[in-house]
Amino acid sequence: MRPFTYTKAATVAEAVRVVAAADRETRFLAGGTTLYDLMKLNVETPTSIVDINSLSELSGFDTSGSNELTFGALARMSDVAADPRLMREYPALSESLWRAASQQLRNMASFGGNLLQRTRCAYFRGGEPFACNKRNPGSGCAAREGVNRGHALLGGSSACIAVYPGDLAIALVAFDASIDVLGPNGQRTIAVEHLHREPGTTPHIETVLEPDELILRIRVPVTHLGRGSTYHKIRDRESYAFALASAAVAIRMEGDTVQDARIAIGGLATRPWRAREAEKALIGQPLTLLTARAAGDAALRGAKPTNDNSFRIELGARTVADALMIAKQRALAS
Amino acid sequence: MVATFDDAALQAETTVASTATASLQINVAVNGTPHTLTVDIRSSLLDVLREHLVLTGAKKGCDHGQCGACTVHVDGRRVASCLTLAAQVDGRQVTTIEGLSPRDGSLHPMQQAFIDHDALQCGYCTPGQIMAAVACVQEGHATSTEQIREYMSGNLCRCGAYVGIVAAIQDAAAKMKQV
Repeated sequence: MRPFTYTKAATVAEAVRVVAAADRETRFLAGGTTLYDLMKLNVETPTSIVDINSLSELSGFDTSGSNELTFGALARMSDVAADPRLMREYPALSESLWRAASQQLRNMASFGGNLLQRTRCAYFRGGEPFACNKRNPGSGCAAREGVNRGHALLGGSSACIAVYPGDLAIALVAFDASIDVLGPNGQRTIAVEHLHREPGTTPHIETVLEPDELILRIRVPVTHLGRGSTYHKIRDRESYAFALASAAVAIRMEGDTVQDARIAIGGLATRPWRAREAEKALIGQPLTLLTARAAGDAALRGAKPTNDNSFRIELGARTVADALMIAKQRALAS
Repeated sequence: MVATFDDAALQAETTVASTATASLQINVAVNGTPHTLTVDIRSSLLDVLREHLVLTGAKKGCDHGQCGACTVHVDGRRVASCLTLAAQVDGRQVTTIEGLSPRDGSLHPMQQAFIDHDALQCGYCTPGQIMAAVACVQEGHATSTEQIREYMSGNLCRCGAYVGIVAAIQDAAAKMKQV
């Protein structure tokens, strides 16, 4: 690991000012569970680190608001997952947190940092001799002809098929969440759905954030769909693994009919993937095994398999369908 | 490891007072004892525990937060010490397996339960398992076998002693409540 300078930021403004004045190899440090991990692999090689963990104004969260829920960028995943109101009113958000990582990592990892966690693609993490356009632009993509059982079916390009690995962002996208970010030129708001970029020809540029922009908070609009929601995550083992396929769904029922629906899928695409066609297919329909499966098929429409991952088209469709049936039970009970 | 910072040009560009050296001084209380340590800026909490303080209970299994063998408590919460920069524990309280049992030499109920339920074979993962298990009970996540399995999933045991581990945690959870 290469040496680096270390600064503890005392205020949000100072953190942004320091990073803006430094070179592009400077990183904010929150929980460190991605950054430090990738530094050990020499995938991240910052020359300078600005520790933001002392910024207590970013560490709180409030789920009691009448218009929106707000989460400071430094709120820890474990604390938010255990919030009783969130568990009751927005189970998909709570589940997307406690079904991610382990309790040790959730005690460390921050809300803002979680959104920016980087792909688990083994060729990205593994380094030489494997080609990776994300790690080393222009070097090629070892995954396309390599072991790509876990790679993306949606949103990929000839340059990169690495999956966005997060869970929380999938649930946030389903709930139309946004983030407030601060940069040297002031504050702006970005929909979580528009935070991550598809790889295209520049897979090393993963989000629309500038390197000197800091996430301050995440905001989720209050919605009547919260109670009828779930984050359903299918993995190679029952716990502590990344998703082979996942679905965040939220629905409101009127009798047997779906009044409103939100569907986003994870583990299958290069970015958090909102499935609007699947939502449209459901609204106004009765929710049955058949219509749920049709919505699942709609969510996976356009999927482009590589050598080892075509099974995840069926798996993804079934994951969406199962999630809808779980959400239906909750919507009817609420 | 070479602990010099050789990019003078970059150093000159740093505008705000920062620790522009390759080492850092931290104050940390480990198992109740305060320490002032000068560490390589790249050190993990695990490195500091094992190499500076010779507390070798916490193990370096994967060094990437995937196995749980390095689990310790920071300010009462379980963390992966291998993914915690030493700089991040400045001013904080760390508890390791060495600090878990009372000073009279008796065992913590969780340690005794691991023995009673044969919850290990090789023992390499055990310090991490026990630190995670104590936190699991304290968090209130040990109310059923299902919940114990979920909240202990960050600790791998390649010997496959999971059945004994779950039984030990259930047993110790009841005893920890009585204390």
